[in-house]
Amino acid sequence: MAPRYARVMAMAFAAFLAASIAMAADEMVQIKGSDTLINMVQRLAEVYMEKRPSTAIAVTGGGSGTGIAALINRKCDIANASRTIKPKEVMDANSKGVDPKRIVVAIDALSIVTNTSNPVKKLTIAQIGKIYKGEITNWKEVGGNDARIALYGRQSNSGTYDFMKEVVMEGEYSPSLKSMNGNAQIVEAIKQDATGIGYVGVGYARDAAGSVNVVKVAKDHSAGYFGPFNVADVKSGRYPITRPLNQYVNGAPSGAAKRFLMFELSDEGQSIVEKEGFFPVPDEYRKYNESTLGSSLGFPADNPESRDPNEGAG
Amino acid sequence: MKLKNVTQAAGFLFLRICVTAAILALVVILADIVTKGIGVISWEFLTTMPKNGMTQGGILPAIVGTFLVTVITALLAIPLGMGCAIYLNEYASDTKLTRLIRMSIRNLSGVPSIVYGLFGVILFVQLMNLGTCVLSAGMTLGLMTLPWTITASEEALKNVPRSYREGALALGATKWQTIRTNVLPYAIPGMLTGTILGLSRAAGETAPILFTGAAFYLPFLPKSLFSQFMALPYHLYVMSTQHHAISKVRPIAYGTALVLITMVFAMNLVAVIARYRLRKIKME
Amino acid sequence: MARHAHKEKLIHGLFLLNGLLVVFLLAGIFAVLVKTSIPAFREIPLGQFLFSSVWNPTATFTKPSYGILAMLVSTFMVSVGALAIAIPIGVGAAAYLSDVANRHVREIAKPIVEILAGIPSVVIGFLGIVLVGPMIARIFGLPNGLNALNGAILLAVMALPTIVSLSEDALKSVPRSFQEASLALGATHWQTLVKVKIPAALSGIIAACMLGMGRAVGETMTVLMATGCSIKMPASFLDSVQTMTATIAIELGEVPYNTTHYYALFGIGLVLFIITFFVNMASDIILHKYQRVMK
Repeated sequence: MAPRYARVMAMAFAAFLAASIAMAADEMVQIKGSDTLINMVQRLAEVYMEKRPSTAIAVTGGGSGTGIAALINRKCDIANASRTIKPKEVMDANSKGVDPKRIVVAIDALSIVTNTSNPVKKLTIAQIGKIYKGEITNWKEVGGNDARIALYGRQSNSGTYDFMKEVVMEGEYSPSLKSMNGNAQIVEAIKQDATGIGYVGVGYARDAAGSVNVVKVAKDHSAGYFGPFNVADVKSGRYPITRPLNQYVNGAPSGAAKRFLMFELSDEGQSIVEKEGFFPVPDEYRKYNESTLGSSLGFPADNPESRDPNEGAG
Repeated sequence: MKLKNVTQAAGFLFLRICVTAAILALVVILADIVTKGIGVISWEFLTTMPKNGMTQGGILPAIVGTFLVTVITALLAIPLGMGCAIYLNEYASDTKLTRLIRMSIRNLSGVPSIVYGLFGVILFVQLMNLGTCVLSAGMTLGLMTLPWTITASEEALKNVPRSYREGALALGATKWQTIRTNVLPYAIPGMLTGTILGLSRAAGETAPILFTGAAFYLPFLPKSLFSQFMALPYHLYVMSTQHHAISKVRPIAYGTALVLITMVFAMNLVAVIARYRLRKIKME
Repeated sequence: MARHAHKEKLIHGLFLLNGLLVVFLLAGIFAVLVKTSIPAFREIPLGQFLFSSVWNPTATFTKPSYGILAMLVSTFMVSVGALAIAIPIGVGAAAYLSDVANRHVREIAKPIVEILAGIPSVVIGFLGIVLVGPMIARIFGLPNGLNALNGAILLAVMALPTIVSLSEDALKSVPRSFQEASLALGATHWQTLVKVKIPAALSGIIAACMLGMGRAVGETMTVLMATGCSIKMPASFLDSVQTMTATIAIELGEVPYNTTHYYALFGIGLVLFIITFFVNMASDIILHKYQRVMK
């Protein structure tokens, strides 16, 4: 009886192995990191894979910190990050022989969302910071109802968590922050919680615009209040909470990873970025990207039929 | 006298409510998952890759991943578990060492699964430098399953009548010959059935594979034992908490949950039927 | 003949080695946890680790803080809560199965309870999100039901099979003579159960409950998914909590290997190991004492 069990098991095992090898793609790009970027990069990857089926791109989330940690631990090719890499992470990376290089793929206008029933429709940066630091705890302090503010944020592996802390709050979070797994969960929570406040990438805010209230934000109380959806307001910085969305690679990109990055930054790629609700890369970052990639972004999107002669390692 | 009877009636009612509550818990769990998951299940769901950022398509890579990992788990846990059980039941006498071994087994079965995960990260992923892959995750689960396999195997060995051993020994066979020819053939089916139960638990575990090889999403099946993989339980976790559009993928989460519990129950059923048939054979 | 003896010795040795494997494994797990968490304790004062409720390893404006007190409290809240629900129901169900139910009921009910044990924890956690959470939210008028109460209910469901089947074993092993004597003295069935059988089986029942407690403390996925994950010190069962297991699960994937944060997570693992080790040992000792008494 035992050998028969074993034989059946071994055969099934072999069959599955054979099947897996048959279905494996030639080239593989592992992308990991920010939840804010995941929808957009996933979409970019799908369009790209249709054009070039021999490349398999796996996009996974987990947060910017997770992505950068994976890059440092050599567990992915591209790390998505909604913040810039920290000096400590660069040190960690260098000590392991990893040299992180940054590409900017899109611009985000970080959106502050509240429940539709909340009368507070606009806030200043300082107010938002105080709310998340726990210095303002009641909505009536910012002109709303007499109700305790429920803070929704992200877990500490999130780039958005860090970005809020470093740039908007300039201080540590109140311990009563509820740490959510991702943007979508924050939106879900805010839909239900009349006293909640949350922050999400503009792509998510756009998707949820009807069911949550997207707060207008002012740099300070003397400046005007602006929403995150208007390109002009975001480009000019009138909407005050914007940030580049980054991808980090180890050393100068090459091969399949480079081809995918070039596609993302092409006109077609950037139009997908806009379709997903984010803003395209402005000129100053285009130059920066070109120097990192070591290629001009002037030519049209990479054609699967004719390989680009500029590519160093194929 | 009357009061006594009223108290008894009330008491028994309470007990009945307790049992009903326990049964109801299972009924509610199954009903919810089956009713909401059944509509999602189709041939396509079981045999295609996830599509559109895992908002569409099937769960094939998760099924394959769980299968592969469970095979590795079995390959590690079955021989080692059987060996340990053979030692305890056939060789060991009641010494301090034996008691230490038994104590270790009991304690191992109480070690939290996430702690096995931490151990797997250090031992397999880093120290043995296997990286996060099918092999690391399977072996981590294998170690976790070991105490259950040992207990089940020992149970099976105990069921082999003493006389079988004595007969062989009386004819001059050595200990190992006796075990090989007169004990194992009768014990192995029982060992395997007990082991299947342990494996079904391992197949449903998530915490030990979180950091030893399970991947959030891969657009292809694992290439080798050294690749990362998707797994059913981890996929359910991802679809219900980590996905960027959780409410949109709820049906897929239900489908995954249904496939997962069906698989676990099927393994349980196989074990139960096998045990039943073994018992019948023995009686005849 | 000598070759035979050698071979036999070798085989015996191999099986002994195999038997010792479990001892090495247990010791190995402990050693790995200790060794990997030592670097953390070089930087984190032990007092802060155990008695501070501020867990903020990624702080940049203040010093990073590694206090696990809030998680420790959360873990105990959820597990004790689970037992508070599971013990009366579990022991009640066990008493029913062993003393009241007829054979037919028992033959149907027992496997059902055992099936409950086979449901993967991630499925239970999923139901915490889609089923128990919304229910709690509705009953208590909360924006969401992901809190300690949710975790306690789910863990109670998971602890039930252990408590039911072990308590039933304990009740069954109470000698018949006890029961017969009680009934002969004119006690009702119920009085016999409550005043004679349950007290006689008490240590077995306690051992079962402690085993359930050990499981609850170490359970990861269920609490990770259903308790809302807030690292604040919980004030009530309706607060979101984050247990020790959940913290490891969330954060281990995000930290670069060999950083203080990474080592600190192994420190949490060590604390978990020690707690479950002692809970299981205690359960074991109680059970053994009881078996000796019963003999």
